Amino acid sequence: MHPAPSVILFTSLSGLGFGLMFWLGFGFPDVTGWTAFAFFFIAYALSVGGLLASTLHLGRPSRAMNAFSQWRTSWLSREGVAAVVTLLVMAVYAIGLIFYDTNLQVVGWIAGLLALLTVFTTSKIYNQLKTVPRWNMPLTPVLFLTYALAGGALLAGQVMPAAVLLLVLTVLQLATWQMGDKAFANAGHTIETATGLGNLGKVRQLESPHSSPNYLMKEMVHVVGRKHAMKLRVISTVTLGLLPVAILLFLQFNHILALVAVASHLIGLLVSRWLFFAEAEHVVGLYYDKR
Amino acid sequence: MTALPQSTEKKLGLVIDLDTCVGCHACVINCKEWNTSNYGAPLSDIDAYGAEPMGTFLNRVHSYEAKQDGKNAQTIHFPKSCLHCEDAPCVTVCPTGASYKRVEDGIVLVNEDSCIGCGLCAWACPYGARELDKAEGVMKKCTLCVDRIYNENLPEIDRTPACVRTCPAGARHFGDFADPDSNVSKLTAERGGMELMPEQGTKPVNRYLPPRPKTDVTGIGKIDILAPYLDPVPEQAGGFLGWLDKALEKI
Repeated sequence: MHPAPSVILFTSLSGLGFGLMFWLGFGFPDVTGWTAFAFFFIAYALSVGGLLASTLHLGRPSRAMNAFSQWRTSWLSREGVAAVVTLLVMAVYAIGLIFYDTNLQVVGWIAGLLALLTVFTTSKIYNQLKTVPRWNMPLTPVLFLTYALAGGALLAGQVMPAAVLLLVLTVLQLATWQMGDKAFANAGHTIETATGLGNLGKVRQLESPHSSPNYLMKEMVHVVGRKHAMKLRVISTVTLGLLPVAILLFLQFNHILALVAVASHLIGLLVSRWLFFAEAEHVVGLYYDKR
Repeated sequence: MTALPQSTEKKLGLVIDLDTCVGCHACVINCKEWNTSNYGAPLSDIDAYGAEPMGTFLNRVHSYEAKQDGKNAQTIHFPKSCLHCEDAPCVTVCPTGASYKRVEDGIVLVNEDSCIGCGLCAWACPYGARELDKAEGVMKKCTLCVDRIYNENLPEIDRTPACVRTCPAGARHFGDFADPDSNVSKLTAERGGMELMPEQGTKPVNRYLPPRPKTDVTGIGKIDILAPYLDPVPEQAGGFLGWLDKALEKI
């Protein structure tokens, strides 16, 4: 799949933002006033920024409001609804903490759980697609949720939970890559099943249906970017979890180092999300004899 | 709502005969011509005279080669457009309700006025049947020429999809798969009409007729199958021609 910056930023940043909201909703850290404002500002900037980035992916962004209507059938619609509801409920909790020094804890819990639900709906947009076997695995929602929880814990300054979750995340990410590499073959789609010509022998493309790439090939048959996939996986593994954990556990904790840990995690997250798209093979590629 | 109907009254669709298709792309061109000037936004071309011309098409003709060990290869021209699936994944993923399947005839359509161009339906389609129009920013797909097949302003012979009407080889057939006596149902039954990528569980309505078996000439060795018709011309002609030949030699 084409690794469009809009969808990479959308899933990464909003995931981080809603992850932070989960921790804030449950009172970690337990803050009020201007400190609370700073935390909630970061959470809203990330989640809203990510959602706005997603609208850049639309052919008709002016009609984005239409996307809230089909929540009964569409995961993308559910994602939109869940995100807006979370932002509104969390706002009630945040306003209480920031301006009135009041902890509406039940509202916080509800908002925190809604934040996780939003991340789950984001993951389902991709996970539901049978056409992309690498995404169509039960691990995809687990991975997205763990990203949100671990990144959120890191941003919330919860050192020990963050360290544990980042290590779990790293293992989970490695496992997802490992299983994802076999997903397409396991799904059993081949150029023979795509064309139905298998009983005539081995099938290959003789001539392309068009002389230059079309929307389908640009969007779904992204082959070029996979060249450095292995190196990028290593970079992501190190920056995503290992480096931040080392900083959290072995160095004296302070704000500068926390910023380095967050920056490192963000780099790892963006690289892994780039790979999430670039390495995903769509079955339509079979019609072009490409993966 | 973008929920799929439980069942549809008719199941309109195409039968594409892979044995007959000659790969002329006439269906591609006539589809583009009809659909750029009728239902919905025109099908744009981007950089049409430049280095990388791109355009929106609702129908494409692929060409494949199939080869078994020790046998001659076979060429198959393979037109591909929306299969109007019964269990269309492109419909249920749509966040706006723009994508829908009609209860009356099973045609899958896009309401372009509410499409936001998110492209998720194209991602959900295994067949590459949907293309986002770059100029218009909305999703385009085969309408089964919904604006022709019921159009009483057209002569009756033209009330069929543009690709079917134009096919010079008669490789495309249009009809109702819900009716077991329709032309398409009969063709499918007689010729073993197949579904594409059935393992995706989309239950496509359109069917493809597999190429008929070719005469196996690989075992015949050096004998030309046309040999009986190509008897060697005798060096020495007899009869009148022989006399004429000799007579002319002597002059």
